[in-house]
Amino acid sequence: MLTMLPLVIGALYAMGLYMMLRRSMVKLIIGLALIGHAANLLIFVAASGRGLVRGGPPIVPEGAKTVAHASIADPVPQALILTAIVIGFGVLAFALVLFHRTYACVGGDDLDGLAER
Amino acid sequence: MNALLTLPIVIPMLGGAVSLLAWRSAVAQRAIALGSAASLLAASLLLLGLVRWGGIAVTEIGSWPASFGIVLVADLLSALMLTVSSMIWLGVVIYSRASIDRRREAFGYYPLLSFLMMGVCGAFLTGDLFNLYVWFEVMLISSFVLMALGGERAQMESALKYVTLNLMSSALFLAGIGLLYGVAGVLNMAELAERLGNVRNPGLVDAIAMLFLVAFGIKAAVFPLFFWLPASYHTPPPAASAIFAGLLTKVGVYALIRVFTLLFVQNTSFTHNLILIIAGLTMVIGVLGAVAQNEMRRILSFHIISQIGYMIMGLGIFTRYALAASIFYVIHHMIVKTNLFLVSGAVLELRGTGELKDLGGIYRTSPFLGILFLIPAMSLAGMPPLSGFFAKLGLIRAGLESRDFLIVAAAIVTGFVTLLSMTKIWNEAFWKPAPTGSPATERVEWRMTAPIVALAAITVAIGLGAGWLFGVSLDAATQILDRRTYIEAVLR
Repeated sequence: MLTMLPLVIGALYAMGLYMMLRRSMVKLIIGLALIGHAANLLIFVAASGRGLVRGGPPIVPEGAKTVAHASIADPVPQALILTAIVIGFGVLAFALVLFHRTYACVGGDDLDGLAER
Repeated sequence: MNALLTLPIVIPMLGGAVSLLAWRSAVAQRAIALGSAASLLAASLLLLGLVRWGGIAVTEIGSWPASFGIVLVADLLSALMLTVSSMIWLGVVIYSRASIDRRREAFGYYPLLSFLMMGVCGAFLTGDLFNLYVWFEVMLISSFVLMALGGERAQMESALKYVTLNLMSSALFLAGIGLLYGVAGVLNMAELAERLGNVRNPGLVDAIAMLFLVAFGIKAAVFPLFFWLPASYHTPPPAASAIFAGLLTKVGVYALIRVFTLLFVQNTSFTHNLILIIAGLTMVIGVLGAVAQNEMRRILSFHIISQIGYMIMGLGIFTRYALAASIFYVIHHMIVKTNLFLVSGAVLELRGTGELKDLGGIYRTSPFLGILFLIPAMSLAGMPPLSGFFAKLGLIRAGLESRDFLIVAAAIVTGFVTLLSMTKIWNEAFWKPAPTGSPATERVEWRMTAPIVALAAITVAIGLGAGWLFGVSLDAATQILDRRTYIEAVLR
């Protein structure tokens, strides 16, 4: 998993940037979403590899006094990502509406055609 | 648990929530906005007093001990920023009554303004990096809606650019937070400051510092990341663009000052020299951009950029005196720049345009407004005895002391070009005879002039009491350079 994820994240960033460099508004917003996802996954991997531990949910077993450091996942990155996903969802929903309004105003989804009156 | 620290967040939040309940009544919403703005100013002044005489104040939210829970930390820098921001908010709320049309009021202008302010206050107070991200988002989403509110075509264009670049910046900020957590294992700023000094891989910390520099650099509109600002700030109604101009980029500057004095100070010969180079380029490019413009608010938007250069110049020099000058500069700039946007709104109200070629003769018809423009404009350009002169003097002296002559030259040249560009607005809009067919002049409402007068009076007062305010700024700079005390105050 931890060898796969960096590749996935890199691919997501690359795809996101590529989409953002297109002229279409729809692709721009897809690009923004992809970059947001890439950042979220990055937190998982960056947390010293302890954001994801196979079979180790971030819960101390009932009655346990001590827990081996490496056997459970770190709960903080998961909490961070959850918050970031919620915020990202809200912002993206707003951006979609805004882009739709812009589309209706301008009458096309060509970003280069925005400035012309 | 110090409840006073939560007040600057709770007051705008309550104000916003209650005015959402009073959705149908514009009168109630205005009254609530005014009341919460006034009480926020009172709370910030109290907090400033508390911090000035009692040292750094810390509150652990929910009584979770620091570095597990979220802490709110008010040092002198935060308290100063809060106080100035709440002054601006109060001014803009009064001004909005005359400047914002009914339709925008009916679609939640005042609640949005409150939530924007909540985000700003939260960003100034938080002591946790991820919490800072959350406050940034609160601030951004409110500003997105304020930017687009009204739905005019020009607003849509600018909102699209503004939203896209700010979302990009947030994604970079988030990535930086993730990597930093991976390196240090905490996100509490005080504990991070303690741990970042001895991580195994200092190169990685520099790379993360660069991520933060880009993320906050977009928000603060530094060279070469400023393009969204002049593309967007001239389109919303003047009251909204005044609060954007006064507050939003300055939150970015505050975040830069905070992380580059508290967290990333291991490799200053690289990071802070880079900031210094960026500062010089930001000043010069911003002011050259302003010279090329012919619309009042566009000119002023470009001047925001060049002024941001001055603010981070002090951070780049990174001495106690330079930081104090930067803090002084931020305070002066927030007041002056908001005021200039408010004046440009009054001009817009009088003549219905901000294009310099269609303006003229305002000094003849409303001489008082002319004087009110001159005070902040000359202060921005750095004329003694106004506030801008002392701000620039402090920075230039700091630059000379640390022998950074190139940046001092850039600062002086930028000051002259700013003066040129302010006299251009003066000549074109106020002095030259009015072009034929310009609308018959009405008087500007007192609700518009009152905040302008108040802010101009503060500008003059800062100029006259510069010694005192510079003393406070020096104390603030001493406090942020003394990282030990900050860390101990938070972690105890």
